[in-house]
Amino acid sequence: MTARETVLGRVRDALALAPRPEVTVPREYRTGRTLPDGERLALFVDRLTDYRAQVHTCTADRAAEVIADVLRERGARKVGVPAGLDRGLLAGYDGEVREDDSNIPAPRLDELDGVVTGSAVSCAETGTIFLDGSADQGRRALSLVPDLHVCVVDLSSVAAGVPEAVARLVPERPTTLISGPSATSDIELERVEGVHGPRTLDVVIRTDV
Amino acid sequence: MRIGLFATCLGDTLFPEAVRSTAVLLARLGHDVVFPPEQTCCGQMHVNTGYQREPLPLVRGFAEQFGDASIEAVVMPSGSCAGSVRHQHGIVAERYGDAALRAGVAGVQAKTYELSEFLVDVLGVTEVGAYFPHRVTYHPTCHSLRMLRVGEKPLRLLRAVDGIDLVELPEADACCGFGGTFAVKNADTSTAMLQDKLGNVAATGAEVCTAGDSSCLMHIGGGLSRLRSGTRTLHLAQILASTRSTPYVMQTDQLSEAAR
Amino acid sequence: MSSTFLGMPAAPPRSPYGTGNLRGERKFPAAAHDELRDEQLRRNLGKATRTIRGKRLDVTAELPDWERLRDAGSAIKTDTMNRLPELLQELERKVTEHGGTVHWARDGVEANEIVTRLVQETGSDEVIKVKSMATQEIGLNEHLTSRGITAYETDLAELIVQLADDKPSHILVPAIHRNREEIREIFRAAIPGVDPELDSVPAHLAAAARAYLREKFMTTQVAVSGANFGIAETGTLSVVESEGNGRMCLTLPRTLITVMGIEKVLPRYQDLEVFLQLLPRSSTGERMNPYTSMWTGVTPGDGPQEFHLVLLDNGRTAALADEVGRDALNCIRCSACLNVCPVYERAGGHAYGSTYPGPIGAVLTPQLAGMHAAKDDPNSSLPYASTLCGACFDACPVKIDIPSLLVELRHQHTEQSGTTAEKLAMKAAAQVMKRPRLYTAAQKAAGAGRVVAGRDGRISHLPPPFAGWTDSRDIPAPPKQTFRAWLASAEGAAELRAAAEEGARKPGHDGEQVGPGRNGTHVSPGRDAEQVGPGRDGTHVSPGHDGEHVSPGRDDEDGDQG
Repeated sequence: MTARETVLGRVRDALALAPRPEVTVPREYRTGRTLPDGERLALFVDRLTDYRAQVHTCTADRAAEVIADVLRERGARKVGVPAGLDRGLLAGYDGEVREDDSNIPAPRLDELDGVVTGSAVSCAETGTIFLDGSADQGRRALSLVPDLHVCVVDLSSVAAGVPEAVARLVPERPTTLISGPSATSDIELERVEGVHGPRTLDVVIRTDV
Repeated sequence: MRIGLFATCLGDTLFPEAVRSTAVLLARLGHDVVFPPEQTCCGQMHVNTGYQREPLPLVRGFAEQFGDASIEAVVMPSGSCAGSVRHQHGIVAERYGDAALRAGVAGVQAKTYELSEFLVDVLGVTEVGAYFPHRVTYHPTCHSLRMLRVGEKPLRLLRAVDGIDLVELPEADACCGFGGTFAVKNADTSTAMLQDKLGNVAATGAEVCTAGDSSCLMHIGGGLSRLRSGTRTLHLAQILASTRSTPYVMQTDQLSEAAR
Repeated sequence: MSSTFLGMPAAPPRSPYGTGNLRGERKFPAAAHDELRDEQLRRNLGKATRTIRGKRLDVTAELPDWERLRDAGSAIKTDTMNRLPELLQELERKVTEHGGTVHWARDGVEANEIVTRLVQETGSDEVIKVKSMATQEIGLNEHLTSRGITAYETDLAELIVQLADDKPSHILVPAIHRNREEIREIFRAAIPGVDPELDSVPAHLAAAARAYLREKFMTTQVAVSGANFGIAETGTLSVVESEGNGRMCLTLPRTLITVMGIEKVLPRYQDLEVFLQLLPRSSTGERMNPYTSMWTGVTPGDGPQEFHLVLLDNGRTAALADEVGRDALNCIRCSACLNVCPVYERAGGHAYGSTYPGPIGAVLTPQLAGMHAAKDDPNSSLPYASTLCGACFDACPVKIDIPSLLVELRHQHTEQSGTTAEKLAMKAAAQVMKRPRLYTAAQKAAGAGRVVAGRDGRISHLPPPFAGWTDSRDIPAPPKQTFRAWLASAEGAAELRAAAEEGARKPGHDGEQVGPGRNGTHVSPGRDAEQVGPGRDGTHVSPGHDGEHVSPGRDDEDGDQG
């Protein structure tokens, strides 16, 4: 017998040896919530700030200006962007912009001062941004290796809670949930920001998109 | 109301004052209190130590002694014994009993109460006419807190006591470390837990540490006694049974009840 | 047909004895005895668990539907276990469809061999690892080392443990037993080229770990991870983490090998909406952990181009075969039960001797690896390492009734232990207690305990096995009079008569009502129940008090409930 047959056989034996309790899953927790734009934005910003992410809100027409300011402030001279990112977002930036390509090895990404990406979905209640590898977000390594991540979020993509955000995801896409800069609680269970992932997370929220 | 009093083996044998006070209190509130004399022990110690066959006669005995329909409620001055009846008798009956026993157990389980929940939930009283002019802190025992969910009920009863100076116990919901045979099998860990509890009791400056379980009080009281602490332990029932006309007389000695 | 089986089902085996990290060398009380002497450990644990308890309470109280989420989480896991064969096959099919390869391992030994072979096939002699309970459980690192493969732990706490040649003591924070000063010393001693001036500021310690591991992340071609969830419906695997070391391992290497216990499967992608709320809030006390990665097989141009999933049994099916014990498989490894456990807080994780410490470990370990695999099996002490205080049950995000499981495992232990002194004593006690006359005689004998008490009524020394009690506590001498003796006495009768008379005078009580035994008589229930009430003549237990009954039931007492 293969290990597969053995293990599956054991599972069936186990379930035959002890009766299975009847169960129906009660999904009475909150789902399908909507919040007015203003409330959703306020909640999202509050939660992001709590994680010590830097938050910038602006209208779409000012986004390029805000991103340029952020990159300048962080001293980022060389930033990476995914191939599908709207390059207009970097119109105000005077540093070097490198378009990513999956053939570029990870150590080369380490040479970047930062990365600018879009985002797929966000969750206001937990301050979480979901990246799903779409063209404006790029492959996972791109938003991971550089020490600065400037992430553009459109308010329309911000869902109220976790169920509302998960419902908008495409399961098969490689998905990364980001809630603030990298952190650890491994030393005396106190949260410290900044370990292996980007130590600085700037979130630019376009309130009218 | 016709109430069956379950003394608990520990209460009957080592802490009779707590049971006396329970009987007196219920009678004073105008109720019929009956004491089926064949009662002994709920079997909690057996079940919690891993023995479920052995207490079968105890479970059966409890169901028989209190099963009579004329007994409207079974009341005991112990959260853990009430918890045992409500949560463990069914397990024992299911495993080792017959259909009649299972039915009998279900019948008594439904009318079994720990004292404070009986007073507040069933009788609907919080003011029992008690008078106790002392500084008191309350330790919520684990089984009353988390198995029976008595919540604030004992505190509501205590707050209504005339003359009482009720002080909050820091980290009140932490276990005192008793745990039945745990205190013997894991004496070191139990002691470490007890030390923290004693420190918190001492921090309140209370004359009396009270609770709804004589077993936990025996543990905490044993520690206080060893430290020759000025704080003594007293069952909740003893405070509630103390009145202006027959007040509880505070002894100077920690373990005075037993010594008398 | 998957639903048919031939003959009687066989009880699945436990994790093989002597393999992996599911058994300590000593029983819990002995191990705890030594750990308790470590004052530094006690302080570290006390501080850390207090911190996390507060955070968890804050973020769980914030959700108005927390209890409903727990109900859903619990039901989803139970439903999962009910349908485990189908779900595992569905997961396998979906992972395979998306370019992954699925392997099955009967036990830890087999899983170790599979992983080793897969690493060897890549030609690499080193792997980077994401913190994983399953690989800790099976002792993968030790096995890889024996085959010349170096495993680098990349989670900060795992790194601390690995660099100190220590053992993890907590599910979430394996180095919880270390404080910042100790961590600084470990780093200074074990990280090549670390700044000798490194101080103990947590942010600086984290930066040192970042610098040390950076190059490993950039160059290592194979990663090994565990999984928090595996979605049958879509074949999606998930790792929940904080530092970004998980993202590094799951993204940068060419090959990813994930070892997942078979109980980690979830039916639907939608179920994540429940567990992504339950897990972080219960675990680190955060609304959401910094990073969660979800991947489905292989994505061209993004992340590892070779993906292997190793599905591990190692005693899980043995646990599943137990109607009560199987609930332990519902665990999502949040560690909330450890953080609220008063026993864990004092004794620490090492005392449990297993990869899984704390309350959940005390019920999971004996089920995975057994309690009787050796003479005086250390695992047999685990179900007793609890006061049954119930704090773990309250904290558990999937509502595992750990106290009931502990009681059940204690029962299984005594049933399998043959005749012991304790069993004889328990039998004897039950024999006495089921016979009221013997019981009363025993109470009198107990009263004789008064002679060993000091003049102050304290007993300060008892022989073993009770010496553990009197090492730190007195025990009261038995009182002169039991409750039932008092009840039968004239004094008792008088006191109760007075109380009942007072009760009858109480405003609000119906004056017409005949009080309880006010006239010296009473109702006796059925058999020979004894009336607690005035009028007793001191001779108790008079069966059949017929003719004396007067007092009607006083149902009206309920009237003032409002």
